[in-house]
Amino acid sequence: MSTSLKILVVDDFATMRRIMKNILKQLGYTNITEADDGTTALEELKRGSFDLIISDWNMPKMTGLDLLKVVRSDPDYKDIPFLMVTAEAQKQNVIEAVQAGVSNYVVKPFTAEAIADKLGKIIG
Amino acid sequence: MDANVINPFIHATSNVLETMAFVSCQAGTPYLKRDDRATGDVTGIIGLTGETNGTIAVTFDEGSILRVVSNMFGEEITELSHEVSDAVGEIINMISGQARREMEEHGRIFHSSIPSVVSGRGHAITHYSDGPKIAIPFTTDGGGFTIEVCLEY
Repeated sequence: MSTSLKILVVDDFATMRRIMKNILKQLGYTNITEADDGTTALEELKRGSFDLIISDWNMPKMTGLDLLKVVRSDPDYKDIPFLMVTAEAQKQNVIEAVQAGVSNYVVKPFTAEAIADKLGKIIG
Repeated sequence: MDANVINPFIHATSNVLETMAFVSCQAGTPYLKRDDRATGDVTGIIGLTGETNGTIAVTFDEGSILRVVSNMFGEEITELSHEVSDAVGEIINMISGQARREMEEHGRIFHSSIPSVVSGRGHAITHYSDGPKIAIPFTTDGGGFTIEVCLEY
């Protein structure tokens, strides 16, 4: 597993961005950029190429699902692996995310092992 | 309000704190709360809509939330601050999500709002429904906290 990947972590809660960054650093990933919702994530995507997006679902202004739809419809970003991390795991949410092209899905609360497992499945 | 309403919130609270903060907690006996005064120093509150409407809140003693947030961040947090409030918002968000998943398994669908956080000793907790306020006290090694569930049943 390459640890030089450039990862965009998107969550409106600084707490969750901090926890995710800590876990990613434990796993050896240090090239991490943060965004606090979908709109700021799109600005970061325009600034530089990313190898992976890890995004919350429920966020103000632009949700993770809307961000996913924009990413998948843009030829520059459509192939970026997208991990949705969210408290929303009701069946309809999962169906919507899969239909929108999510690469994988982690439900809060989660362990570092769960994140490692999902990353392994997405980026090998 | 029957145990089927309360239990998902007890299960969710224990699981969120054990998974994200490695903090074990023991639930005490639920009671009917008559006033709006928070028993804790910082409170997260979130609205629920769906099968019925209401709010749930979690209010932490300073000692318990500092232990929880220190464990979540992997570094010692010694005072209530904006980052502690942010963490409490995320904790109530996760409790809501997990409890709603358990309720969905029994065919009961709820949606939740964006959480809000209030802090300060003796602050009020405003529930946006006229239902009974059920309080469930919890104890941890670091101190206590209480979940309040107020649904229009």
